[in-house]
Amino acid sequence: MRGIFDNELRRLLGKFTEMGINVSEQIYRATKSFIDHDREMAQSVIDYDNNVNEEEIALEDQALKLMALQQPVAADFRQVIVVLKASSELERIGDHAVGIAKETIRIKGHHRDAKIEAEIAEMTNVVRTMLDVTMDAYVKRDSKLADEVIKANEQIDNSYKKIRNEVLSNMKTNPKLVTGGAGYLMVANYIERIGDHVTNVVEWILYNQSGKITEINADVADVGGID
Amino acid sequence: MAKDIITAENVHLYYGQKEALHGISLGFPEKEITALIGPSGSGKSTFIRTLNRMSDLNPEVTVTGAIRLDGEDIYSPKTDTVELRKRVGMVFQQPNPFPFSVYDNVTYGLRLSGIKDKALLDQRVEESLKQAAVWDETKDHLKENALSFSGGQQQRICIARVLAVQPEIILLDEPTSALDPVSSAKVEDSLLAIKDQFTIAVVTHNMQQASRISDQTAFFLDGNLVEFSKTVDMFTHPEKQETSDYLNGKFG
Repeated sequence: MRGIFDNELRRLLGKFTEMGINVSEQIYRATKSFIDHDREMAQSVIDYDNNVNEEEIALEDQALKLMALQQPVAADFRQVIVVLKASSELERIGDHAVGIAKETIRIKGHHRDAKIEAEIAEMTNVVRTMLDVTMDAYVKRDSKLADEVIKANEQIDNSYKKIRNEVLSNMKTNPKLVTGGAGYLMVANYIERIGDHVTNVVEWILYNQSGKITEINADVADVGGID
Repeated sequence: MAKDIITAENVHLYYGQKEALHGISLGFPEKEITALIGPSGSGKSTFIRTLNRMSDLNPEVTVTGAIRLDGEDIYSPKTDTVELRKRVGMVFQQPNPFPFSVYDNVTYGLRLSGIKDKALLDQRVEESLKQAAVWDETKDHLKENALSFSGGQQQRICIARVLAVQPEIILLDEPTSALDPVSSAKVEDSLLAIKDQFTIAVVTHNMQQASRISDQTAFFLDGNLVEFSKTVDMFTHPEKQETSDYLNGKFG
C-alpha cells in the first residue's frame, strides 16, 4: 500500500544522502586546497557551491510536495521533516567550505606556518569523519552515534581553542604572520562551525528514530567564535 | 499533459427549474486521474453523472451544452446510451454487486454484449480481478456470492466488473466513502495500478485522497467550477481563495 509515497520518500532520502556525500567532498577539497595552497581547487569549491544550494532547494521542494500531497504522519512524517531540517544544515556546511576556499585564495603568497596547517588538517579529518559517520548512521538508522559525535565535536572545539591560542601568540611575536594568521583563525573557526552543524544533523537523526527533539550541544561551553 | 479524451463544454444542468450546474467546461486528459472535489451540493456528483448520461434516468433533468467523447457529442440523439456506458463505465459510492457469484458479476457486461466463449470469459475475469487488486482474495471463491465479501472487496469486485467490459473512461462517484481506511487504500492502489490503461474521473469529498492519487483536480462550489489545475499546484499554491479555504477545511 501507499506505493507512490514510499517511492517518492525513497527518492527523497536518496537525494539527501547524495547531498551529504557532496558536502563532505566540499569540506575535503576546501581544506585540501587550503593546506596545499591550491587556488584552482579552491575556486572549484566556490563554483560547486551553487550545485549544493540547488540540491537543497530541490530537496525542500520535493519534501514540501510530499507533505502537501501525501500527508504523511508519525514515522513517515519525521523522515520528511528530517530531510527538510538537516538539508539546511548541510547547505550551511557547504557555505563554510566556501569560506575556507576563499581564505585559501586570499592568503596565498603570505607567510605560512606548517605546524598550524598540520593541526588544521587534523581538525578537518575529525570533522569529515564526523559527517561521514553521521550520514552513515542516518542510512543505517543507527542511533548509537550520538556519543561518538559529541566526543568528536568536543575534540574539535579543543583543537580550535588550541589553534587560536597558538596563532594569536605567533602573531604577537611576528607581525609577518598576521595576514596568514587571520586566515588560520577564520578557517579553524569555519571547521568548528561545521562541527556544530554536523551535531545539529545528528539531533535530527535522533529525532527521526525516537520522535523526541534533543539538544545535544546544550552543555558544551561557548568556544568564542569569530563573528 | 495528455490530450483530452472527454470534454465538457459549457454544461448547464437543471433539476426542473432549479439550475444545479452553471456552465461547466472541463477536459479529462487521457490515461490520467482527475479528481473532482467540493463540499456537498457543489455539483461534482451531478456533473460526473452527465459524462455517461446517468442523469438521463431522472426525467426532471435537463442538460444543455455539449459533452464530447472523442469529438462526438454524447447528447446527440444518435448516441446509443448502452454503447456509451460501455465506453464510459461507472462505480458508485455503495458497493453494489449483483446478488450472484463473483464470476457472474464480472462477466455480466460481457454476456450482455453476447460473449459466450468460456475461455475468453475466464481470461477476462482473471484479468479484471487482478487489475482491481482483488484477485488473490477471490480466486478460490469465484462461485461464491459477491455479497458475502467485505465492503472493500465488494467495491473492488465492482471495479473489476467495470474493467471487464474494457471501457475507455471510468467514473467513480465517492468510491471509498463507505469503506474503512485500509480498504480505501486498496481501492486507491488499484486505481493507480490501472491508470496507464484507463482514463479515470473520481468524485471524492476526501481531499487527501484527491491529493494522493490524482494528476489534476477540479474544485466545484455551488454548481461552478472554481479551479481546475494540476493536483500538485492546487495543493501547494491554489489560485483562488475559496479553493484554499476549502482545502484547509474552513468550510464544506
